[in-house]
Amino acid sequence: MSANLQHHILTVLVENKPGVLARVSTLFSRRGFNIFSLAVGPTEDDRFSRMTIVVDLEGTTLEQVIKQLNKLVNVIKITELAPQAAVERELLLVTVSTKDGLRSSVVELAAIFDATIIDVGFEALTIMVAGTPDHLDALEELVRPYGIIELQRTGRIALPTLSRESTKLRSVKRRPA
Amino acid sequence: MKLTGAQALIKSLEMEQVEVMFGLPGGAILPVYDPILDSSIRHVLVRHEQGAGHMAEGYAHATGRPGVCIVTSGPGATNIVTPLADAYMDSIPMVAITGQVATHAIGTDAFQECDTTGITMPVTKHNWLVTDVDDIPRIVREAFHVATTGRPGPVLIDVPKNISNAQMDWYWPDGVDLPGYKPTVTGHPRMIKEAALAIMAAERPIIYAGGGILKARAAEALRELAELTGIHVVTTLMARGAFPDDHPLCLGMPGMHGSYTAVMSMQRSDLLIALGSRFDDRVTGQVSSFAPDAKIIHCDIDPAELGKVRRPDVPIVGDCRLVIEALVKAVKHEIAKLPAGSPGRGDTTEWDGLLSEWRVSYPFRYQQEADGPLKPQFCIEQLRDRSPSDTIVAAGVGQHQMWASQFWRFNHPYTWINSGGLGTMGFAVPAAIGAKVGRPDKMVWAIDGDGCFQMTAQELVTASAERIPVKIAILNNAYLGMVRQWQELFYEERYSEVYLSPDLPDYVKWSEAMGCVAFRVDSPEDVGPTIDKANEIDDRPVVIDFRVDYREKVYPMVPAGGSNDSLILGPWAEMSADDRKAAGDPNAV
Repeated sequence: MSANLQHHILTVLVENKPGVLARVSTLFSRRGFNIFSLAVGPTEDDRFSRMTIVVDLEGTTLEQVIKQLNKLVNVIKITELAPQAAVERELLLVTVSTKDGLRSSVVELAAIFDATIIDVGFEALTIMVAGTPDHLDALEELVRPYGIIELQRTGRIALPTLSRESTKLRSVKRRPA
Repeated sequence: MKLTGAQALIKSLEMEQVEVMFGLPGGAILPVYDPILDSSIRHVLVRHEQGAGHMAEGYAHATGRPGVCIVTSGPGATNIVTPLADAYMDSIPMVAITGQVATHAIGTDAFQECDTTGITMPVTKHNWLVTDVDDIPRIVREAFHVATTGRPGPVLIDVPKNISNAQMDWYWPDGVDLPGYKPTVTGHPRMIKEAALAIMAAERPIIYAGGGILKARAAEALRELAELTGIHVVTTLMARGAFPDDHPLCLGMPGMHGSYTAVMSMQRSDLLIALGSRFDDRVTGQVSSFAPDAKIIHCDIDPAELGKVRRPDVPIVGDCRLVIEALVKAVKHEIAKLPAGSPGRGDTTEWDGLLSEWRVSYPFRYQQEADGPLKPQFCIEQLRDRSPSDTIVAAGVGQHQMWASQFWRFNHPYTWINSGGLGTMGFAVPAAIGAKVGRPDKMVWAIDGDGCFQMTAQELVTASAERIPVKIAILNNAYLGMVRQWQELFYEERYSEVYLSPDLPDYVKWSEAMGCVAFRVDSPEDVGPTIDKANEIDDRPVVIDFRVDYREKVYPMVPAGGSNDSLILGPWAEMSADDRKAAGDPNAV
């Protein structure tokens, strides 16, 4: 489920206008780039939205993605975050089977992961957890044996870490391979 | 002042100094056509919307101003997708206006509805769906700004019918506010200096000039740089005319069907100065073996072109004219530092000698026998020699296009109009019409193939009706010639679906039916006199049907995907100069 260690996060500030998501996704398919995950939401300024795009790309291709995205008139600014220079969070919802009296053991697992039970049925529970993608991966692995009925992840969102400067577009070329 | 959306749209176009638009009305664009009657803008009524798009492109090519076309919703809009894609590939400034069904009907599969902005998103620089009548002047202003600045390109404005009918208070915005659109135009001084140093040090430098030179109006600056440094110039298919063919430093067109000298000079060079060119696959051939020893200086206004195909050693983002002017200054500065009496930059005597030797040994060749079949290259040479030197030439796509680029002498910028990137058959006739509308003072010849001509010939009705006296030379070899050439060379002469017939349709009767004067030429001795007759006609379109030899192929040729080092010279290369002279080759030395 996680992107591999080479993944890069692009936080793309775009104008909050109709069709902008279509322009971005059309560009990815037109140029043959793959999106690992994509999350869009409002920002502190209602004229703009922020897209968090995770791509499994390196080097020249990553540089092309950024340059081509920058050509879109509605794209204001792109910040490329290397994984070590970002705080990333993701939200996961999972409905787990609790047949055969296993409810309490699932609840216990949820507690360990700081997850919240948000819905309860006779034979299933829905759990919500927010955290790093690794944290979510671990929970997902551990509830799998109980039987996952449905699972949904949001895709990650990210901001630069405050401890050091973010990796800006300008430095893409100079990053060691 | 209260105006309808339609009136505001036309008034906005007038504010942008539009003098002509090419179009065809229909239901959803009806409100916009009414104020055209009261406008100073000329409207050219086409016979197919694709023609309107290519005319706008031809106009933009010839004048440097944005071409404007206007069509209705649904099929009107889908018919201009090809011209939009063409303009996007060749960076042609163009503004397309399309009608759309009323906003409340959008998404309901209404009559003549289609998702125009969705369909054209990947083939426009930007597009707008107008949802508020008050936005019209602002959007028109933004559209012209985006189309003509940075890397030029096509844009589209989709106007729903209820928006054109709505009322608004007229205003004209002071400027544009596009926070995400700020093209870089001046080159980075440090990169300019690095480029100048690389130029000073190079022993086998070549300037690789592309279409960006013409877009940036940088032909003068390019000439100054070449003459200052003595560096030879290759002009790509999109840059023919950007540097005069008759200039001693001009090596002509590189690429798949380029001259031996242009191709090999790049292969052997130690410094490629790419100015407004984009390392297109038709130029580089196999990328891994392209110009293996060359350092690359790459200047382009589009940052995405730098490193897209080949990693530059000196990347320069900026407008070609401004960058070249800065480069000229920087090189002069370096020359001034040299000791007195120094010959200038690095020693290139050996290189210059090699290039001259190649030019003499490997010119473009063909043989026209006096009583033999008519050769297409001979027709082009006769056209060239019997028409003014600043004649604008438009071409379609295929063999005739390559021969036109090879055999014409382009000595003026903006005299060569063709579909380079997209390779749109049928481009020539409407593009020539658009060019003639933009430059009525110049002679305009379309050099077309018989396959291409059949795709858009109906626009000659437009030319006749609007009194636009273009001239069309059909190099009629009764085949889809370039495809035939590939089938001959790479598919063991298995000719699949390429035969067209020389006389079905009857091109002379067809052209006459469309209001043109038409001639047919079968033999070499009739070529010159017929062209002279055509050149005397200036009140209506003229078409000449040249019945040419179908066996003629375009050489040299780099097989698709092959290395440029594997250039095939063609049958003439195997003959000695004496044999060629004996066979009547005028180029034999």
